[in-house]
Amino acid sequence: MNYIWCGMIVVSIIVSVFTGTVSETVNGAFEGAKSAVFTILSFAGVMCFWTGLLRVAEKSGLSEKVEKLLKPVIRLLFPRAGEEAKKYISMNMTANLLGMGNAATPMGIKAMQSLDRENKRPEYASDDMCMLVVLNTTSLQLIPTTIIALRVAAGSSDPFSVVLPIWISSLCAVIAAVTCAKLFFGRKRL
Amino acid sequence: MIYVIPAIIAIVLISALRKKLPVYELFIEGAGDGMKIVAGIFPPLVAVLTAAYMLRASGTFDLIVSLLSPIKNIIPAEVLPLALIRPVSGSGAIGILSEILNTHGADSMIGRLASVIMGSTETTFYCLCVYFAKTRVKHNLKAVPFAAVGDIVGILTAAILIKLVNI
Repeated sequence: MNYIWCGMIVVSIIVSVFTGTVSETVNGAFEGAKSAVFTILSFAGVMCFWTGLLRVAEKSGLSEKVEKLLKPVIRLLFPRAGEEAKKYISMNMTANLLGMGNAATPMGIKAMQSLDRENKRPEYASDDMCMLVVLNTTSLQLIPTTIIALRVAAGSSDPFSVVLPIWISSLCAVIAAVTCAKLFFGRKRL
Repeated sequence: MIYVIPAIIAIVLISALRKKLPVYELFIEGAGDGMKIVAGIFPPLVAVLTAAYMLRASGTFDLIVSLLSPIKNIIPAEVLPLALIRPVSGSGAIGILSEILNTHGADSMIGRLASVIMGSTETTFYCLCVYFAKTRVKHNLKAVPFAAVGDIVGILTAAILIKLVNI
C-alpha cells in the first residue's frame, strides 16, 4: 500500500506536467480530501445503524441459528479438523456471513491456530488451513453494510439494488474457489 | 428485494423483544462500535481519495483507461482500478469505490458494477498474511491460486450479471 499510494500521487504529478493540468491536479488533492469528509458523514449514519442492528441480532440468538445451519457444510469442507477447530471455524463463518468483520478475524485466527496444532507438517499449510483462508478470501455476506452505506453516501436512489447480484456473484466465487481447492486436495490424497 | 431488508429488521427486533433483551441499549452499543469502524476508515479514506482525485484530474486515469481498452469489452476500464486495489487493501478499495460512485453515479451501470465487484471479492493478500501470521506455517502459497480463482470468478460474474443480464 505504501508504494501504491506514493506511486498514485507521484505519477499524477508527473503526468500533470505533461498534460498541463498541474493546478487542476493540486486542486484535485483538496477536492479528494473534501469528498472524504462528505462521504464519511453520510456513510457514518448508515454504518452505525447496521452495526447497531447486528448487535441486537447477535444477542437475540441469530448467530447460534446460523452456526447450526452451517454445521453440515463445515463437516463437508473440513473433514479432518478437530472439534475445537470446527467450533472456531463455524464462529468465523457466521461472523463473516452476518458482516461482523471485527469478530470474524479473531475467530479465524483462533481456528487457524488450532488447525496449526493438528498439522503434522507444521512448515507447510494443511489442506484445512488453506480451505479456511480460501473461504475467508471469498467471503459471503448477507447484508453488505459497507457497500450499502457508501451507496447511500453517493446519493443512490436504490442502495439495495446490488444486494442480489452480490449474493449471486459471491456465491459463484465461493463455489468456484472451494471446488477447485477440493478437487486439488482430493487428487493429492489418492 | 424491497421487502427483504425491512423483513430482516423486523424479525431481528421482534425476536430480540421476545427474549426480553434491552434492544435499545444493545442497538446503541452496536452503533458505537460502528462509529469506531467509521473513525478507523476515515484517515485511509482521505489518503486514497486525495490520490484518486489527483489521478483523475491529471489525466492519468484516462491514460490508463485507454491503455487497458482491449479488455474493455468484458470489464469497463473505469472499474479496473477497484479490481486492482481490492486484493491488497480494504480501505483503499473503499476509497476507490466511493470515488467511482461519486463520479459516475451510484445507480449507473458502472456504479452498480463497482458495488457488486466490491461485494463479491475480498482483500485476499491481507487475509493470507493475517491468517497465517500466528501459525508455524512458512509455505502458505498453496492457498493463493484458489483465492485468486474466487476473486476472478467473482469479478466476471459481476460483469455478466450487471452488463448482460442487467439485474
